[in-house]
Amino acid sequence: MAAVLESLLREEVSVAAVVRWIAHSTRGSEDNPGEAAALSSLRPLRKEFVPFLLNFLREQSSRVLPQGPPTPAKAPGASAALPGRPGGPSRGSRGARSQLFPPTEAASTAAEAPLARRGGRRRGPGPARERGGRGLEEGVSGENLPGAGGRRLRGSGSPSRPSLTLSDPPNLSNLEEFPPVGSVPPGPAGTKPSRRINPTPVSEERSLSKPKTCFTSPPISCVPSSQPSALDTSPWGLGLPPGCRSLQEEREMLRKERSKQLQQSPTPTCPTPELGSPLPSRAGSLTDEPADPARVSSRQRLELVALVYSSCIAENLVPNLFLELFFVFQLLTARRMVTAKDSDPELSPGVLDSLESPLFQSIHDCVFFAVQVLECHFQVLSNLDKGTLKLLAENERLLCFSPALQGRLRAAYEGSVAKVSLAMPPSAQAVSFQPETDNRANFSSDRAFHTFKKQRDVFYEVLREWEDHHEEPGWDFEKGLGSRIRAMMGQLSAACSHSHFVRLFQKQLLQMCQSPGGAGGTVLGEAPDVLSMLGADKLGRLWRLQERLMAPQSSGGPCPPPTFPGCQGFFRDFILSASSFQFNQHLMDSLSLKIRELNGLALPQHEPSDEDGESDVDWQGERRQFAVVLLSLRLLAKFLGFVAFLPYRGPEPPPTGELQDSILALRSQVPPVLDVRTLLQRGLQARRAVLTVPWLVEFLSFADHVVPLLDYYRDIFILLLRLHRSLVLSQESEGKMCFLNKLLLLAVLGWLFQIPTVPEDLFFLEEGPSDAFEVDTVAPEHGLDAAPVVDQQLLYTCCPYIGELRKLLAWVSGSSGRSGGFMRKITPTTTTGLGAQPSQTSQGLQARLAQAFFHNQPPSLRRTVEFVAERIGSNCVKHIKATLVADLVRQAESLLQEQLVTQGEEGGDPAQLLEILCSQLCPHGAQALALGREFCQRKSPGAVQALLPEETPAAVLSSAENIAVGLATEKACAWLSANITALIRREVKAAVSRTLRAQGPEPAARGERRGCSRACEHHAPLPSHLISEIKDVLSLAVGPRDPDEGVSPEHLEQLLGQLGQTLRCRQFLCPPAEQHLAKCSVELASLLVADQIPILGPPAQYRLERGQARRLLHMLLSLWKEDFQGPVPLQLLLSPRNVGLLADTRPREWDLLLFLLRELVEKGLMGRMEIEACLGSLHQAQWPGDFAEELATLSNLFLAEPPLPEPQLRACELVQPNRGTVLAQS
Amino acid sequence: MILTKAQYEEIAQCLVSVPPTRQSLRKLKQRFPSQSQATLLSIFSQEYQKHIKRTHAKHHTSEAIESYYQRYLNGVVKNGAAPVLLDLANEVDYAPSLMARLILERFLQEHEETAPSKSVINSMLRDPSQIPDGVLANQVYQCIVNDCCYGPLVDCIKHAIGHEHEVLLRDLLLEKNLSFLDEDQLRAKGYDKTPDFILQVPVAVEGHIIHWIESKASFGDECSHHAYLHDQFWSYWNRDGISQCCSGWCGTPGLSNSSASASQSAGITGVRKHFLPGILMKCVCK
Repeated sequence: MAAVLESLLREEVSVAAVVRWIAHSTRGSEDNPGEAAALSSLRPLRKEFVPFLLNFLREQSSRVLPQGPPTPAKAPGASAALPGRPGGPSRGSRGARSQLFPPTEAASTAAEAPLARRGGRRRGPGPARERGGRGLEEGVSGENLPGAGGRRLRGSGSPSRPSLTLSDPPNLSNLEEFPPVGSVPPGPAGTKPSRRINPTPVSEERSLSKPKTCFTSPPISCVPSSQPSALDTSPWGLGLPPGCRSLQEEREMLRKERSKQLQQSPTPTCPTPELGSPLPSRAGSLTDEPADPARVSSRQRLELVALVYSSCIAENLVPNLFLELFFVFQLLTARRMVTAKDSDPELSPGVLDSLESPLFQSIHDCVFFAVQVLECHFQVLSNLDKGTLKLLAENERLLCFSPALQGRLRAAYEGSVAKVSLAMPPSAQAVSFQPETDNRANFSSDRAFHTFKKQRDVFYEVLREWEDHHEEPGWDFEKGLGSRIRAMMGQLSAACSHSHFVRLFQKQLLQMCQSPGGAGGTVLGEAPDVLSMLGADKLGRLWRLQERLMAPQSSGGPCPPPTFPGCQGFFRDFILSASSFQFNQHLMDSLSLKIRELNGLALPQHEPSDEDGESDVDWQGERRQFAVVLLSLRLLAKFLGFVAFLPYRGPEPPPTGELQDSILALRSQVPPVLDVRTLLQRGLQARRAVLTVPWLVEFLSFADHVVPLLDYYRDIFILLLRLHRSLVLSQESEGKMCFLNKLLLLAVLGWLFQIPTVPEDLFFLEEGPSDAFEVDTVAPEHGLDAAPVVDQQLLYTCCPYIGELRKLLAWVSGSSGRSGGFMRKITPTTTTGLGAQPSQTSQGLQARLAQAFFHNQPPSLRRTVEFVAERIGSNCVKHIKATLVADLVRQAESLLQEQLVTQGEEGGDPAQLLEILCSQLCPHGAQALALGREFCQRKSPGAVQALLPEETPAAVLSSAENIAVGLATEKACAWLSANITALIRREVKAAVSRTLRAQGPEPAARGERRGCSRACEHHAPLPSHLISEIKDVLSLAVGPRDPDEGVSPEHLEQLLGQLGQTLRCRQFLCPPAEQHLAKCSVELASLLVADQIPILGPPAQYRLERGQARRLLHMLLSLWKEDFQGPVPLQLLLSPRNVGLLADTRPREWDLLLFLLRELVEKGLMGRMEIEACLGSLHQAQWPGDFAEELATLSNLFLAEPPLPEPQLRACELVQPNRGTVLAQS
Repeated sequence: MILTKAQYEEIAQCLVSVPPTRQSLRKLKQRFPSQSQATLLSIFSQEYQKHIKRTHAKHHTSEAIESYYQRYLNGVVKNGAAPVLLDLANEVDYAPSLMARLILERFLQEHEETAPSKSVINSMLRDPSQIPDGVLANQVYQCIVNDCCYGPLVDCIKHAIGHEHEVLLRDLLLEKNLSFLDEDQLRAKGYDKTPDFILQVPVAVEGHIIHWIESKASFGDECSHHAYLHDQFWSYWNRDGISQCCSGWCGTPGLSNSSASASQSAGITGVRKHFLPGILMKCVCK
């Protein structure tokens, strides 16, 4: 390995040759023979070169980035060069979670023994960590960014302490030392050096469950070398061909050259302050060495290595593009070099130019190298988000080292519209009630439906509780909600209830976790929404502030493990707590189905016909739709992966040897939960990788250790590897994948390759693609891959870890507080339907003509037409439902009435009735098609006209209209012809059951009701008030009462007057109230007749005057006759209880009762026979002797009277008011 | 009009173990002349119901029932016209209507051997004339008419108030030109539980977005809010999304004076900041 590098440095071989050599094992034709010969001898090592190179760089930079260079791999023995560096006793242990790069065994290997160098170093116990001496292990995370570690290290290791030490009281008002919340803190290490020293025992950490392990990103395995001993003994120099001497000479020359440069004055372009003095823009505590291009030690060597390194990156020979970029950024922003002299005393100053001497001898070297690499990757940089670009453009070192690059970056920044904002998902919103699925008809029984509704409520209760509590410290999901969830799952007995619940669960999941931001979030590049259009500057600021407070501080380094951020945590915990296999199975089914559905969705395809700016505007919608689909897919796939691999994941390390074989044999028989291999292959063929791969990666990220070993999944990984290799960013051509699409795929794939469960040797061991990766595409020329569907917003949403780059820069630039030093997340705001798909059924020439027509028009035209067709078609169905079907239902109702009348009492079987009705009505459904056609014909053209630009040529417009009409009609008719009969049936059935119900208990209640008259202004007293008033009178009358209590006759009269008003104004009257009013009025009448109402006033007047009583009774009679619309229970007047009231009065007075009975008959309120019957039944009751006699007399008197009393008889009664009394006394 | 928390507590304080009679209500009115009868009655009723809920069980032990029944029988034998049952209820601090039901049930058990069905008893309470025993009928009627917190008449009044305020609310909405769907329309659309009104176009009141309105014709104290919240509002939320405006009418109000009360009934509004910018309207009669 080193040999290759050496020969490169000696300029024996060209960089291009080396890269070719690495990338393409067989090809050598372009190389000149000398190069080929030099390299071919090293052929067996070809595969190891990239890991070697990466490790080499990491190792070299470890002095600059002692806090832990992001090294995916270490060359064996590399760290031997850095023995016993004072790094402070271990960090790392605690930081496992946040560790960017795991304690690689490379470190341990180096320090311990060659023995430790087995393939799976990551799995080893990592003794290095216990020793803790290695700064390499320091994690990089939001709370502990590189510089922090560096500073601490310096604090503990170097004699000259920086200004910020324990002796200085912290200055809280210093914004730099205590930056505002949300900015990346410089790390507490400076003030509390002891805080992180306590190492957690390694064993304990190792026992942590799988997800924890994930937090360490795996280093790349160093392939078991064929020459371990050789490498061990002399890591750098070994394997050098004998031509060493010439190398020595070269080095000597270089050294001279360098010293010459040193003597020259620094370049004027670099306004670097004096060494050691703090840069003005940084806090004193954060001083770092200024980098000076003039002081770079060995330019040529650095340039060469940078070139090789860049080429490897460009050729996708490194597993993770962004990891490397992160590393380069770290180099760029390195703080201070650990004094080489201290740690490497044996280093002789004479050998500077070979690999024996450190590559990076100073900060200057690092920055130089970094800038060299960045120059090669300007294209990637320019596609980062605007914030990162700004930070890069403002970077002073870049300015010093490469003003040209800085200029390009500034230009890119100024031209960039890629503002990315990552806000937290909005707060939960419930899935709204879905009448189509959540109705009784979809459930087997009322009970099942009821259970579902209850469960729904429990589910949301649990969700709300989680919302409230999950951020509280000490709150535990399982403890808080586990039993409730299980109890709820226990109620889901029937299989169908499971599927209903799963549907709800999945919908809620999508809604909460994916549904993009609330009202405020603007889609990237889109016109600002209405709110910000209004110019509410304060609002915007508030919004940003809220975002800053809510955005996650860190996503856990550039290679975070798969996690469930935000609301997703709820769903994961719910699944875990429910631990119901039925639920999981149904969930998997449902997720798989949805994934298939979304994955197969025909997203609009790009037709790069429009050259004017319009096309970009048109693309916004497409992008948004794509983003929604992609994010949904990723979310679903993540959960599918989680649930599917859940049974196989555990905290214990993966099995090895025989055990592994038997497990493999077993597992290879199990069919995959979703045939992802086929989906991937199809996706690649159809050039839809940009849609398929990101979700597949999410799915695979949850795989257990065995999965990649299974043949089935291995195929997938190989496909992905080949795809990865083929995505060379610099190759852009017509019809190939767009740049940002590639970037997205590289980011997600790179991330996947760093997941611990993915074998680290996979990437490097796998024989590279046999030349180019070519899938035979059957798809149209322009697949989804070629369409610019990915933008920065989507890229950063899918891969929040890319934001780490910005965090790193922001932290370093010291302006984190001001410029919002970290990523925020806002996702697009569409939840609109996913499929405005063109109808698939149009065939024949007409269809081809339409296609040809659209082909020549801007894509927006097509979308407009499709949209109109879709909406009009849907409206048409609704319209038919509201008109034709409603008419039929009315007919059904009247037919039903007839049926009921003719069939009389027996009515007939409702099912039979329904059949008869349907057979009569369903034929009318045929009209629906004609009506639908007419509707579409009428409505579509107007809509198309309104939506297309005014200037559209008439011919185009009319064609568009015709197509819209055709599509809408097709859509509506397809639905109608399939469903109209069922629809009519359903509606009629509902109508029948409604009618039958209404028929049932109270036919009388259905009498016609009058409303209040037009002129009524609804000022009448409220019924409730009246009932309450009458109740008061009743209670006074019934007693007990205080001596001074009573009512005035005027009050009674007024009350009855109000009652009349209320009854005439029906506005507030409901039937029960009217019934009670009727009953109360009858009771009142009884009390009046019995003279039981206590009257206010002097004792002599205690009783109501006869005349007044009659007047009141008259009022009541007229109310009963005229104003009550419901039945009045007049027979109560003659109930034993009310007649009994008379028995208590002394002297008894019967005349009022007689009067009342006569009036009732006269007004037709009660029939004579009815009264007679009542009087007859009164005799059966038990009465005191004299009372019974009087009662008998009364009934005789009543019966003796002529059936139709003459008017004069009434007059005569009025003349003889005491007749009843006389009668009673006789 | 809105009650302050202190005012409310003062009223509630006066209601501790007061029999639910006309007389008590009259005294209450004298004590708080500024409050309308509807408000006072509503608070009274709710406080009393809380009280009964606490003590309900002790009146329903078989011993208690037996002893009440015996006392009733003795009392009636002495003087059938005296308010035996009412006095008994007041003495043992139980709602007269409920006492009447208790005794009626016991009476029917004794006289008809088979246990009477609930519907029979309810219909007898609605119309005491159906009670076979004349004396008991009178006693029961007296209890019902004198009870201002329980009984079929009170239920009807409550129902009527509820209905009236729905109508009022509808009128207000119409007057303000707010488009809405009412309960019947929603049911026709297949919703199982619906609020009174869903606004077709949400409105903002005092910074809160209102999606639907539920009218509650009772005084909105904390306890009843919690109960309603639990029983109804969450299921509305589950179905219709986010926020609400539930109006606790205790009389007729306007939509205008709403939010001051929102804060005082903190039990609700505070609980769910982002879901329920709810507005509680505690408003009092004209």
